[in-house]
Amino acid sequence: MDLSVKRESLEAMRVFDLATMPLRELNRALHNIAPGANDTNFEVVNPRGSHSVAVGIDQPVTVEVRGSVGYYCAGMNDGGAVTVHGSAGPGVAENMMSGTVVIEGDASQYAGATGRGGLLVIKGNAASRCGISMKGIDIVVHGNIGHMSAFMGQSGHLVVLGDAGDALGDSLYEAKLFVRGEVKSLGADCIEKELRSEHIEKLAELLAKAGITDVKPTEFKRYGSARKLYNFNIDNADAY
Amino acid sequence: MCGIVGLFLKDKSLEPKLGAMLSDMLVIMTDRGPDSAGIAIYGAPSDGRAKITVQSAKPATDFAGLGELLKPADASVTVELKSTHAVIEADAAQAAAVRDLLASERPEIRVMGSGDSVEIYKEVGLPKDVVSRFGIREMGGTHGIGHTRMATESAVTTLGAHPFSTGADQCLVHNGSLSNHNNLRRELVREGMTFETQNDSEVAAAYLTAEMAKGKDLGQALTSALDDLDGFFTFVVGTKSGFGVVRDPIACKPAVMAETDQYIAFGSEYRALVNLPGIEDARVWEPEPATVYFWDHEKAA
Repeated sequence: MDLSVKRESLEAMRVFDLATMPLRELNRALHNIAPGANDTNFEVVNPRGSHSVAVGIDQPVTVEVRGSVGYYCAGMNDGGAVTVHGSAGPGVAENMMSGTVVIEGDASQYAGATGRGGLLVIKGNAASRCGISMKGIDIVVHGNIGHMSAFMGQSGHLVVLGDAGDALGDSLYEAKLFVRGEVKSLGADCIEKELRSEHIEKLAELLAKAGITDVKPTEFKRYGSARKLYNFNIDNADAY
Repeated sequence: MCGIVGLFLKDKSLEPKLGAMLSDMLVIMTDRGPDSAGIAIYGAPSDGRAKITVQSAKPATDFAGLGELLKPADASVTVELKSTHAVIEADAAQAAAVRDLLASERPEIRVMGSGDSVEIYKEVGLPKDVVSRFGIREMGGTHGIGHTRMATESAVTTLGAHPFSTGADQCLVHNGSLSNHNNLRRELVREGMTFETQNDSEVAAAYLTAEMAKGKDLGQALTSALDDLDGFFTFVVGTKSGFGVVRDPIACKPAVMAETDQYIAFGSEYRALVNLPGIEDARVWEPEPATVYFWDHEKAA
């Protein structure tokens, strides 16, 4: 980037100090951006675990959050680029539509839940239920993920550089799961599948997007749905 | 929902501030539960003295002349009144006699907790009101736990507030709901435990007391709880010198912990921890499901 342009964009950065301003002011400002506006760089200081920081973004803004956030940060994000320079509480980037959310620290449970698009990058670990009911979002976790992750995942990709907890991909639909480390156990109807060339290509693309250069796509195993729970099986009638 | 907090100090210089630090943590958690609030503080035990924290719905009548009334059981007894609560201190050898006399003379008075060091204060209302009513901010101590309640399983009353104490210097706060508490209560009653409420969390506290009475330490009792308690729970538990945390295997009730050279802290959310000294450089983590964490001042020493 040209330095003079960079200076200009820094000067235009709007800073919201949550120690002195109500959260409502930040979120209202984020919601009142007209399409095509150029005052789209935001910085949030002293988040101190606040809930619902930068939810409902629907324009291509950038938000730098200096510290850790509580529940539902960047929920419903549609086109924004949100970076949390800290850790995130439960439900970060839940139901994301598009855009990018980067968590420099750890994420609590159900990160990226029900996300329909965009990219969520977690540089630390994610807790339980990461990507639960994901519907098109791509999630890249540098560390480990907890139990019941990608439960009922319908589409999108979950890439984990570390280990996965119990019951990965339980009742999975067509979300594609890639784990580089150990999987403690697979959930019902989730099986290991062949890592084919198209998967390697997709993995390379996602790793590049997440800024990861020292990990090869071939180091991952792929997990997906066995598709045995899709339809009622008359042989199981006795179980009901 | 409920909000729970806990603080276990390693650095003695922080001990005079325990009540103030724990109060701040709990007040921040107010929006997780407005029904009732409570705090247990473990102060320095004084040799040979026992503490009994009691509560009354009619303190003006129940606490009138209480010190004189209890003198026949122990001439050295003292009574410190704090709003609806009172802390009775007596010679440890006479503590049982004091409690018997209290029960027969003032049957309306409820025992919140007893032991060498614990004091327990809990009431209906918001954390800020509860901590100021009992002067919690001025209290020092080595460790403590607190709770703000959103009631689900039993009535909104003082006795239904947390912490629950079912054994000497033991107490528990709970976020969640147990599904096998009725059956477990029946079994514990058969073993000789008594219950003050229909609350599920009281059963968890009594269960741990019963397990520790069998010779288990806090960590072992919490490990057994993972097998025997069914339902949702994040527990924070205090004993005379120990502090423990456990979450059920599903772990949907939130929990964050932080550790520095000065303390170990627990909060339902990170918000509860943000005012602690050195939190920026603390090791902050989410306790794993079905994993017991516990610390002990005596074992550390």
